[in-house]
Amino acid sequence: MSAWMPPDLALPLLLVALPFLGGAALAAIPSLRLAALLNIALALAGFLLALGLLALPRGQGEAAWLLHLDALNLPLLLLGALVGLTTACFSAATVGGEGFSPRAGRAYHAAFQVFLGANHLALLADNLGLMWVAIELATFATVLMVALHRTPAALEAAWKFLILCGVGIALALFGTIVLAMAALPFAGDGGAALSFSMLMRVGREADPGLLTLAFIFLLVGYGTKAGLVPLHSWLPDAHAEGPMAISAVLSGLLLNAALHAVLRAKAVVALNPGLLPPGALMMAMGLASLLLAALSLWRRRDARRFFAWSSIEHIGLAAFAFGLGGPAALAGMLHLLGHSLVKSAIFFGLGRATVLRGSQQLAALGGLVATHPRLGWSLVLAMLAIAGLPPFSIFASEFLLMQQTVARMPWLALPLGLGLLLAALATVQAMQAIGLGPPPAAVTLRAVPSLLGPRLDAWAALAPLHLHLLLALLLGLALPAPLLRMLLDAARIAG
Amino acid sequence: MGFGQLSYDVAHLLAGTVLLLSFLLLYQRRISAVISTFAAQGAALALAVAWQGWAQGAPGLYVTALVAATAKAVLIPLALRALVRRFGLHRSVEPALGIGAGLIVGVGLVALAILVVLPATTGAGALAREDLAMALSVVLLGMLMMITRRQAISQVIGLLSLENGLVLAAAGVRGLPLVVELSTAALVLVLAGMAGFFAFHLRASFASLDLSLLHRHRGERAEAERP
Repeated sequence: MSAWMPPDLALPLLLVALPFLGGAALAAIPSLRLAALLNIALALAGFLLALGLLALPRGQGEAAWLLHLDALNLPLLLLGALVGLTTACFSAATVGGEGFSPRAGRAYHAAFQVFLGANHLALLADNLGLMWVAIELATFATVLMVALHRTPAALEAAWKFLILCGVGIALALFGTIVLAMAALPFAGDGGAALSFSMLMRVGREADPGLLTLAFIFLLVGYGTKAGLVPLHSWLPDAHAEGPMAISAVLSGLLLNAALHAVLRAKAVVALNPGLLPPGALMMAMGLASLLLAALSLWRRRDARRFFAWSSIEHIGLAAFAFGLGGPAALAGMLHLLGHSLVKSAIFFGLGRATVLRGSQQLAALGGLVATHPRLGWSLVLAMLAIAGLPPFSIFASEFLLMQQTVARMPWLALPLGLGLLLAALATVQAMQAIGLGPPPAAVTLRAVPSLLGPRLDAWAALAPLHLHLLLALLLGLALPAPLLRMLLDAARIAG
Repeated sequence: MGFGQLSYDVAHLLAGTVLLLSFLLLYQRRISAVISTFAAQGAALALAVAWQGWAQGAPGLYVTALVAATAKAVLIPLALRALVRRFGLHRSVEPALGIGAGLIVGVGLVALAILVVLPATTGAGALAREDLAMALSVVLLGMLMMITRRQAISQVIGLLSLENGLVLAAAGVRGLPLVVELSTAALVLVLAGMAGFFAFHLRASFASLDLSLLHRHRGERAEAERP
């Protein structure tokens, strides 16, 4: 404890506390415009704080105030803060068109900040119980945001979200309890039995049967929140019915935080695996998610549901990569980063297109390149990136994963390759429909209520998209050496 | 602590009561009876947790027991009853799977829980193992209830009953530090979810269910939805 200098303690605490305080303040601000601007300011402050974390020493060592920082959560935190910032900008540009009542607008901004804070807390928490509470909080905030439109479809989506994630989170709690039960005889003092650093020390001695039991519950429980297969069906509805900015943070942050929780559990259980090694379970669930999503993508008519299914596919791929472990875990980390960047970019573009066309059906979005060239081409590029085409980083991670699979488990390469191919083809087909297809017969340009003025709106919607694509391109072409080192460390912790 | 000792036997009896009440929840056909059974399960859970607190000498568990008794045996059932009365929700349960078939599946789930937990926990003490098996059974039965019921209110009761199983599991582990926080947090999860859902849903969709309510709701809704 005494080895911790004040900034080491203060910075993570501040990063977590700021959004919660900001959320409380935003709940009291009636002006939508002011709230949207303050939302951006808070997200910017959060991003700067997250950048400040880079300067801190990160160790496997002691946890202070139940928080700890290591190579696994740092990249995800940076990503989360960045996507939070860009989504706040995008949200300011589109929230005027959502048609919120003043109360709904206040709830929306407050829930957005609480969600960001809960996401940071879930990533930083050293104590698995605290991590559970944080993910529960994030669930609440998103359920609230999904229900905000109050249409029957939105209510049904929120209800499904609440019930399925309620079950998932309950199973995760059961797994957490079993994990504590396994660690208690060795942890000495009860308070430390759920601390990740303590679990990593005593995991080798703990009973393998209990550990495996705990991991199964944690995997299915947190896997629900990550969108892995048996309990994934809340995800497309939640993406399609909430406000547009929510789809971006759902795919960009929540799924990562949930998968991060699974990775922590895997790191502990892998110390002393029983009959069922945790990696094999993750690979099975990941592959099932990939294949189901690859087939489901072909039958979608709603653009946001289409990309929600694509999120299931990519989280499945990442879970498969982490399950395979070793060098493939690096592919998993890279894939998580690339997917979050590109997917939220797509939702920004899609949100803008939906506002312009007044519908989110794939058929109604046709011919964007002809009618809105800048938006259309950006969206086409982003969709090519998500389909896994070079030179973006998703190509690099999928290539590395495929190469590892062929080298180590050739018999799994066939289903993996099939899933990748089917999903990529479906995405390219959707890209043709949206970007290059015929525009719908009567394109009606809607007058959209605007908070920032029309020119600034277009800019605030497109600049985040371009920034994300640029970052994904950089990750794919030239991974800076310090980042690569960090990702390799992360892969070692997770894999 | 083993078979034949008072604290072991009573702990078993109380946990068994909670499990039995889970079966009764599956068996009831009327919403009001389901709510009564749920209240009884809350009371049994509070007793079981308080007994564990006494047997383990852990005073923190008394707080959990108190929370369970007030919230689950009294407050939530009262609130649910008020909802049923006020909004005239369908009074009878509409199971998607027949009651008999549901009970048979339930027995299968209990067998599954025992088969999964007992071999996996050979290292732990007898009481902890069997407590965990019963808690897992309650969790699985709660899930079964959520799957086999169509109405929102029955699904909520299933979720709450599932959460009872979690509290039972947490109380059975000797020296679990966060037990109070975890169980109350889980309670808050369900409570807030319920409140939020009913507040939103009933306001938004009641107009279409009952025409006599339409006029009263229209002004408020029009104001709320159009800025």
